[in-house]
Amino acid sequence: MSNIGSYDERVMSFDWSISEKELGYKAGDVINIGWYCSDRICEMGKGDKPALLWENSLGETKRYTYNDIRVCSNGISAFLRGLGLKEGDRVCLFMDRVPELYIGLLGILKIGAIAQPLFSAFGDESLFVRLENAGTSAIITQRKHASKVRKILDQLPNLKHIIVVDHDPGKELKEKEVAFSMDAQRQDKLDIYPTRAESPSLLHYTSGTTGMPKGVQHVHYSLISQYLTAKWVLDLTENDIYWCTADPGWVTGTSYGIISPWALGVTQVVLDSGFSAENWYRFIEKYRVTVWYSAPTAIRSLMKAGDEVVKKFGLSCLRHLVSVGEPLNAEAVVWSEKVFGLPFLDSYWQTETGSIMITNYPGMKVKPGSMGKPFPGIVGTIVDPDTYEPITEAGKIGLIAFRPGWPAMMRTYWKNEETYKNKFKNGWYLPGDRSRIDQEGYFWFVGRDDDIINTAGHLVSPFEVESALLEHPAVAESAVVSKPDEINMEVVKAFVTLKPGYSISEELELEIMNFIRKKLSPLAMPQEVEYVDTLPKTRSGKIMRRLLHAREWGEEIGDTSTLEND
Amino acid sequence: MDDLKDVILEYVIAEYADEDDKVTFDTPLISGGLVDSFSMVSLKRFLEMKYKISIPDEDATPEAFDSVNKIADLVTRFVSKAS
Repeated sequence: MSNIGSYDERVMSFDWSISEKELGYKAGDVINIGWYCSDRICEMGKGDKPALLWENSLGETKRYTYNDIRVCSNGISAFLRGLGLKEGDRVCLFMDRVPELYIGLLGILKIGAIAQPLFSAFGDESLFVRLENAGTSAIITQRKHASKVRKILDQLPNLKHIIVVDHDPGKELKEKEVAFSMDAQRQDKLDIYPTRAESPSLLHYTSGTTGMPKGVQHVHYSLISQYLTAKWVLDLTENDIYWCTADPGWVTGTSYGIISPWALGVTQVVLDSGFSAENWYRFIEKYRVTVWYSAPTAIRSLMKAGDEVVKKFGLSCLRHLVSVGEPLNAEAVVWSEKVFGLPFLDSYWQTETGSIMITNYPGMKVKPGSMGKPFPGIVGTIVDPDTYEPITEAGKIGLIAFRPGWPAMMRTYWKNEETYKNKFKNGWYLPGDRSRIDQEGYFWFVGRDDDIINTAGHLVSPFEVESALLEHPAVAESAVVSKPDEINMEVVKAFVTLKPGYSISEELELEIMNFIRKKLSPLAMPQEVEYVDTLPKTRSGKIMRRLLHAREWGEEIGDTSTLEND
Repeated sequence: MDDLKDVILEYVIAEYADEDDKVTFDTPLISGGLVDSFSMVSLKRFLEMKYKISIPDEDATPEAFDSVNKIADLVTRFVSKAS
């Protein structure tokens, strides 16, 4: 029997107080995610239970019990306080998937500061805009990434401390750098800051279609949603070994890669390594993973590696598979059922929603290719794009819409209240995706409602890439759209015009690709650069990405009446 | 072959390695997390341009790109085919 039991019965009788009661929380109480994920589990008598089993690409392993993550996070909190950091300060986590990243998040939250996790593959420009926007006071990083911080340090007056978790004593620390060893600086006692339900907890950055990245602000009360969705959708139980493959630089990696499994007292495993089908299967076999939360891009990459490699490993330990990040194609669901004996169940949510919104559930009929149904307590529908009224006709396409009010909903965009307010229409929160609902109430993803590119489950802003392209000395104008990709669903494609004196060449294309990779991130790197003489523009001079997108996807180009050179 | 390996190693270090990364001919590039699947596209583009070859997508696997030695084997195979 799964944790959720009957979906329909849960929907009928749902109240978020179910989660509050299980967590022993009452309105007005202190609620601190850091405490819930470590101290509370120890107080329940599970201090010796493994919380984190970690392995890296060199085969090195580490093991942390719940008591370990309690005293290690206390040590981080005490160290941060010693530097003068306090509640409300933004502290960035900029690391590979090392234990300090996972446990560091709890340490930041325990002093009431706001954790700002950023993907460690970000280049210095991506890092700069996010640290500047957040007014970040401190960054916790590894020495391999410290050089990116040094490059931009002069432009970040608010950044007072660069905390290096793996400092080599043989090397000199640079300006504002300070060494910290998590394993050596454990602390048993700590006065945890008494955060309340609406106290800010995390600031995750997500891409905007027309502006720079937006800081999505969450609060400690988000735990209520994250705990229950993990329990009912991921079906986590006492004896599970859980693997979330998402990087905590993105919201899945924090909501379901740190907060919810630890709030549930589950043992989780982390592989700090690049992708390889063989290595992933070996990891599952070695740690006897039972619940696996991954992404369509990874699943399609596993499919590409073939069925034979699966047979080399004993994977019968797996009992529940869930996917997130982008629509999971029906073929991938059918394939996983064939090779693992279990279908990957698709789940849908986003950085702003903080927790799973629409999903397939253990025990409920799976329709391969469908997103599933709204989580109990979530009022979800599709609305007309002009009137924002709910569409009742089955099969008709509209905008996905949710009634605001679930615990993990973002509270604002950092210093950008106007954009936040624009996400609501006619009393609905609009995540920016289109869908249809069939006669049985299942949602079917159709596509984004804007220009944002979803590549391997990560959102990339065309505006941000276009702006960075213009910083290359050869580029006069640029337009960025998505193009189809078998594995990543979409990848970035750039159209550029060149400045006088530069000529088209393969070398220049590669140079431009690498320029963006280092400046922004590998995700944002155009996989193709096409040279054009002119870009399609409106008569007012705005680049019409829509036409380029339609060409890449083989779609009708639609209305071109405003085209400048029509 | 040694020259080819040196060229590839030099490029990988210059383009993908961080300050403290120690990269040798056998260092796992993809499974070791030094080069991700997105960056692999630019590495493939470099190899095709430098050695005037075309590597089909089915051959450009994470396994085939997982070390400088493996990449050199792959490139040598396609250079031989082209000549």
